[in-house]
Amino acid sequence: MEVVLEHLTKVFPSRDKKNPADVYAVNDFDFTIPDGKLIGLLGPSGCGKSTTLNLICGLLQPTQGRILFGENDVTNLPPEARGVGLVFQNYALYPHLTVRQNIMFPLQNLRGEEKLTKEVMNAKAEEAAKLVQIDMLMDRKPKELSGGQQQRVAIARALVKRPQVLLLDEPLSNLDARLRLQTREEIKRIQTETGITTIFVTHDQEEAMSISDLIVVMKDGILQQIGRPQEVYDEPVNMFVAKFLGTPQINMFDGRVSGGMLYLGETPVMKTTAPDKEVHVGIRPEGFVLAGVDAPSTGTAGAVATADDGTKPLECALKAVEVSGRDVSIVSTNPASQGVNIRSIMGSDRNLNIAGETVSFRLKPHKVYLFDKETEDRIYEQ
Amino acid sequence: MDYVRIERNTKIKKGISGTIRFIILGLWALIVLFPFYWMILTSIKSYGSYNSEYIPKLYVTSPTFENYVDAFSAVPLGRYFLNTAIFTIVTTAIMLVVITLAAYAFARLEFKGRGFVFVIFLSLMMIPTELVVITNFVTITNWNMRNSFPGLILPSITSVFYIYLLKENFEQVPDTLYYAAKVDGTSDFKYLLKVLIPISKPTLITVTILKVIECWNSYVWPRLITDDQAYFLVSNGIQEIRENGFGRENIPAMMAAVVVISAPLIVIFLIFRKQIMAGVLRGGTKG
Amino acid sequence: MNNKDSGSSFLKKISEYKGWLYLLPAIIFLGIFMVYPLIDVFVYSFEEGYNFASQSFFGTGMYNYSYVLHDPYFLQAVKNTFIIVIITVPLSTVIALFISVLLSRIEKLRSLFQTIYFLPYVTNTLAVGLVFMILFKKTAYTDGMINLLINAFGGSSVDFIDGPYWAKMTVMCIYTIWIVMPFKILILTSALSSVNPDYYSAARVDGTRPWRIFYRITLPMISPMIFYLVITGFIGAFKAYSDEVALFGVDLNSAGMNTIVGYVYDMLYGDSGGYPSFASAAAILLFIIVLTITVINLMISDSDN
Repeated sequence: MEVVLEHLTKVFPSRDKKNPADVYAVNDFDFTIPDGKLIGLLGPSGCGKSTTLNLICGLLQPTQGRILFGENDVTNLPPEARGVGLVFQNYALYPHLTVRQNIMFPLQNLRGEEKLTKEVMNAKAEEAAKLVQIDMLMDRKPKELSGGQQQRVAIARALVKRPQVLLLDEPLSNLDARLRLQTREEIKRIQTETGITTIFVTHDQEEAMSISDLIVVMKDGILQQIGRPQEVYDEPVNMFVAKFLGTPQINMFDGRVSGGMLYLGETPVMKTTAPDKEVHVGIRPEGFVLAGVDAPSTGTAGAVATADDGTKPLECALKAVEVSGRDVSIVSTNPASQGVNIRSIMGSDRNLNIAGETVSFRLKPHKVYLFDKETEDRIYEQ
Repeated sequence: MDYVRIERNTKIKKGISGTIRFIILGLWALIVLFPFYWMILTSIKSYGSYNSEYIPKLYVTSPTFENYVDAFSAVPLGRYFLNTAIFTIVTTAIMLVVITLAAYAFARLEFKGRGFVFVIFLSLMMIPTELVVITNFVTITNWNMRNSFPGLILPSITSVFYIYLLKENFEQVPDTLYYAAKVDGTSDFKYLLKVLIPISKPTLITVTILKVIECWNSYVWPRLITDDQAYFLVSNGIQEIRENGFGRENIPAMMAAVVVISAPLIVIFLIFRKQIMAGVLRGGTKG
Repeated sequence: MNNKDSGSSFLKKISEYKGWLYLLPAIIFLGIFMVYPLIDVFVYSFEEGYNFASQSFFGTGMYNYSYVLHDPYFLQAVKNTFIIVIITVPLSTVIALFISVLLSRIEKLRSLFQTIYFLPYVTNTLAVGLVFMILFKKTAYTDGMINLLINAFGGSSVDFIDGPYWAKMTVMCIYTIWIVMPFKILILTSALSSVNPDYYSAARVDGTRPWRIFYRITLPMISPMIFYLVITGFIGAFKAYSDEVALFGVDLNSAGMNTIVGYVYDMLYGDSGGYPSFASAAAILLFIIVLTITVINLMISDSDN
């Protein structure tokens, strides 16, 4: 089922007496979630992503705008008439009911023509339980299950009515790191198997990147960017998105464009077609190429060469080298850097032996982003 | 699915059920408030006009405060009031000292037999007052303390339950604070006074409020132990007014007395509404 | 534990003596007014023919119990008490639950309603009882407010205070419920608000009807609190006394509205008083009844789980 949000807005009256302005939890959302995809709603806490989820499932009424499931306008429908399944962050499993009773609960709500016999309900519950692989735990109480198992029961309960849209609110945040990895693959598998349009909310960018077909980045109730995870990572539309996605975080510098050349401090590091002005510069950790290391014994910086295009490598003071086996992080500092440290990652296939006082880097142009000083929007190459 | 129809039905249902809720809640509020309204209303009706109303009026055309004058002059209401105030304040004050010391001993001080004594204390919590009141009556009578403040006060200045409540509270204060105070050379008593009591202020306030309510409304024990009007508390006073009245069946004056007696606790309640409700929630049952 | 040296063992000795010192007032008062009476009440109950003036008795045995159990006043009191318990405990719990549920569904005016509903808790039972008496009483001057209401609905006036037994019992139960409601509403609203709202959201998304949400989710979740209220309600109702006095005056026996506790006090004091032995026997019988009911309640709740 395709889900269309049209100019969706949710305003909460202010609870803060000092600041009586209304809170725009969701501000003019306008996008379409294609059928059968897994969508990650991503943003820092308080950005309105849970509100969006609650609007979609009908627990909240929008202040403005419409929600369509396919052709149907469901904006004013109560949740039960929308055909959605919802999984809560804390699972919300009824503690006094067994796993089986929990999964059957939504089916028992059906009445009239839709009413099912006990056998059918049982069969459907079994089927849902099999899908999430908890069919051997059917007669336990929720408190006898591990966090991961509870999560699966919650998903089974949400799936048992074959919803048109499955909504997951921070589904992994109550799990430990190892289970989180396992469960997110599980969610992906279940989604692929059932083909149900699935929307999940998370504040963890890695989680969203790893399993989503599309990610939706939000901040302060405002949609920032939608796209495939790699696309959003590679082409962030503004500084917030660039900083929010990627671990380690992107390195930010104060830069200046002058005469087709990007300067960090006084170093011309990259040719650019952007217009002349002061800019924020974001460089992904993997966007650095090691150009040289000066050992303290040699002590001369004269070896820094100017390339054919007039750029020079960026010289940074070396602070530390962290080896993780898979790759090597170089931690260094530079006066132009906005953060305390610059973190750059090199593949460790070459046997790097780095020791010295300064390191110098050349930059991979497609890993360098320029942002406007005022609007923090991306400045594209012209 | 007929989306439009579902949508309309839901809206109508929501509106109706919301209205019904308010009507029922309002009705119960009316049931609760009506006796209060009635007592105030009757208390400002004149004796004559009250008795001439075969069908009682729900409003009053010419309010009078004469009944309040009567309530204080024809019966010693002021005396009852003062007695109750003395009884309430003294009982609560002594009790606070006794239970604080006991709770401190249980929570912080180490001595042989502490656990054993505490278990005995806990088991006393289950003893109903009805069981011990008989002997207490005999004891106080034998001590010639009937119709006296000590006789009224003594049996009600310890409460095992409040000791328990306070002890739990004291125990939540981290041990490290105690050790830090010890290192600084603070005495146990000073630690209790300067650290524990200020920290446990909310609980102490709760206990105080609950005890004040209990004292102000206590009826059974004062009735057993006083037959001299000079020592009556308000509950006994109101009963006395009911039985023997103002020389005649003067209901407006009676209601004036009822208003006067009820007012202090209601005022305290309206001021400390949150604390009182939270306190009752923690502190369990009435009486 | 690092106080092994002699200095700290001296300190320990001091603190041992100190602990008892802090406990002393509580121990003295509890000893005199709680522990001793507890033993004494059993002694009294077996002392036959105890004379209050001379404080002497002429035998020991079960006579006091036998007297009490054959005393028509006691039997009337037991009957009254049981009727009050059986009617008011379930009724007040159900009404309180109903009101609390409604209260938890509204946002506007909620705290106002809560405040109003709590008022009876802080009022003097005797004082407000008097108001109830006047509302229900039929006198030469007026039939009273409640009778007017009954007349309005086509019924005929009844004297609820000096009239037939069932009428008196009706006012008694109404007043008892009015008095116990604040506590129950308070406990239940807090229990209801402690249920995680996610459960309700989950149920709504699943299309659960309100009634089903109530008995399949709400009720099981707050059942411990309901159970607590039933137990304390039973105990409280068995000890009914002041409310009766408030409505019917101190001479409850002649009004036919005495309770077990009332019987105990009447035996002890007042016009028919001066018999601490009978009073003790009755008090112990009450204690046994309450204990039995509480144990049965606990057993029922255990088998439920």
